[in-house]
Amino acid sequence: VLRILSNGQQTLEENRGKNSGRGDGNLAWVDLLRRLAGEQGVSGREAKVARLLSETLGPLADAVERDQLGNVIALKKGEGPDPHPRVMLAAHMDEIGLMVTQVLEGGFLRFTPVGGIDLRILPGQEVIVHGLRPLRGVIGAKPPHLQEPGERKEAVAEEELYIDTGYSGEEELAEIVPLGTMVTIERDLETLANDLVAGKALDNRAGVTVLAACFQELTRLKHRADVYGVATVQEEVGVRGAMVSSYGLAPHLAIVIDVCHGDMPGVAEDEGFPLGKGPAIGLGPHVHPRLFAALTETAQRIGVNYQVEPSPTPGGTDAWAILIARKGVPTALVSLPLRYMHTAVETLSLKDLKETARLLAAFIQGLEPAFVEGLASY
Amino acid sequence: MGNLYAEKKSRAANGPRVMLAAHMDEVALMITRIDPKGLLYFKTLGGIDRRVLPAKPVIIGRRRVPGVIGTKAVHLLEPEESGRAVPLRELYIDIGAKNKEEAEKLVTVGEGAVFQSRFCTLGGNRVRGKALDNRAGCSALVELLQYEYPVSLTAVFTVQEEVGLRGARIAAYNLKPDLALVLETTTAGDVPGAKPHQVSTRLGQGPALTIMDRTLIAHRQLLTALEETARRLDKPYQWKQSATGGTDGGAIHLTGAGIPTAVVAVPCRYLHSPASVLDLGDYRHLIELIHGFLTKAPGRRSGQQ
Repeated sequence: VLRILSNGQQTLEENRGKNSGRGDGNLAWVDLLRRLAGEQGVSGREAKVARLLSETLGPLADAVERDQLGNVIALKKGEGPDPHPRVMLAAHMDEIGLMVTQVLEGGFLRFTPVGGIDLRILPGQEVIVHGLRPLRGVIGAKPPHLQEPGERKEAVAEEELYIDTGYSGEEELAEIVPLGTMVTIERDLETLANDLVAGKALDNRAGVTVLAACFQELTRLKHRADVYGVATVQEEVGVRGAMVSSYGLAPHLAIVIDVCHGDMPGVAEDEGFPLGKGPAIGLGPHVHPRLFAALTETAQRIGVNYQVEPSPTPGGTDAWAILIARKGVPTALVSLPLRYMHTAVETLSLKDLKETARLLAAFIQGLEPAFVEGLASY
Repeated sequence: MGNLYAEKKSRAANGPRVMLAAHMDEVALMITRIDPKGLLYFKTLGGIDRRVLPAKPVIIGRRRVPGVIGTKAVHLLEPEESGRAVPLRELYIDIGAKNKEEAEKLVTVGEGAVFQSRFCTLGGNRVRGKALDNRAGCSALVELLQYEYPVSLTAVFTVQEEVGLRGARIAAYNLKPDLALVLETTTAGDVPGAKPHQVSTRLGQGPALTIMDRTLIAHRQLLTALEETARRLDKPYQWKQSATGGTDGGAIHLTGAGIPTAVVAVPCRYLHSPASVLDLGDYRHLIELIHGFLTKAPGRRSGQQ
């Protein structure tokens, strides 16, 4: 009775039934995005996402493997005579999260953030503790009668936050939850109006989905280049997976797929990009100018709307590491505009996702060895 | 006004007329403005700590439109913004609408938005979910209505408790019962960081009896009868160890010429947030306590001081 009275008819299934299934061919990719985003893959613990992704990319690629740090590398071989330029498509598959540091009396857990999580969004958040078996929990919010006057104006400090697991004894809990256990937000992908979706870890499971969608697109296109699709690990803690995978592959050029800030109140137009208006193509010291030009020309040629994201700094994406791998890799950055980055309700457009995949596939299709050789001379 | 009454006639003649009350409203957000970009701005309906709002999914209005509470991404904050709680006026609900016109087709100003969270078991014997305050009381009331008692029983599911105990006042006036019991949830303070003197109630120690809160001093004999019932049945109970908060009891006991009233509550953590937690043992013992009390209810008018 309590279950029905607490949540009423407001089941997720009901909402989904009403709002989904609208897209034109979006559906399969929504499903993949839903599964990828729902999977746990906090930086350094990406195995589950990697497994799901390997299964997805397997039928679309000639070979899929994982390297020493856990990066998933899928190769789709090019056709025609040699040479075959090596193109790296990189999207990080890790997500920000929390790591358990202490088991407290009364069944509570202390934690430390992994990656740049927004602490302000944590109180009252539903979570999953990925212990020896997964446990549900909630991040406690201090009851009003325990609050000091004026306290509500301050964000809750990291040391005051804790997870309530519903366990009453810490001994039992400590057996299930070893220190170092990762914690993720418990959140299903929600469909909003205009083909927008909201959920956790869309940064960057959306990018990984684009990578898979691009591979799918390439199965029906002819291309000369050998395409290495890399789902990188540990981006959120310092672009580490990209560092070693770009060294290992030594690509002739790389395109990084990530997210950028969407338009939000209080954010200037050159910092937040509208959703549904196409991918934002990066421009700045982290991007090879000729790759930027080639991508924008491709977009114009095939009629993909795009935006330009100028940045005077190398930025915090995998492009930062790949550009300076070995003797330098010509790199471009393509980003999906996303609102509320590093929160539990990251929001982006499925249309952008699909269009980005189309753009990348068309770019790879048109890639000639002469162009790639030309990149070597800046 | 919208209160729901469920009447259960007494088999015994002259049994007292007992009102059992549980409020069925929940804290929520009320849409007050739709901006040109189609974002919904809101005010809180009932007491919500604004710090639990950012990045939570919600369901809005009669059409059950899904939305998310958005705020500026953490990367884009000015240094002075990052340590403070996001002010209410900077929070809004994003439903994905392109503009005001499109949003207005889905949502009307004045509609409410409630948290969307998952009801589930937690740990061994606890549950997590929204609106446990006070669907737990409502649920207990529903369970109690299955039984026959030697009293004339009216269960009232009241409206508008969270905005000032308003439905209960009308209900009590209509019924003029001999006594009233309010079934509620109450703040549990057994959480990290709370000093011992701040722990008002604890999970797993049984239902909490209120001696006094901000709105009510519980009727002495009624409280004693409840305590004796718990002892007779050997059921756990605890005293609420703070005088804060208020319940429908505050409105009921001052209705008409006065109504003997007591409050029994399930301790609950994180009230008024998207995900509160209670112990099913406490919930079960609350039902058993009320059941035991009604089975051997004091005779008519004996509850008077």
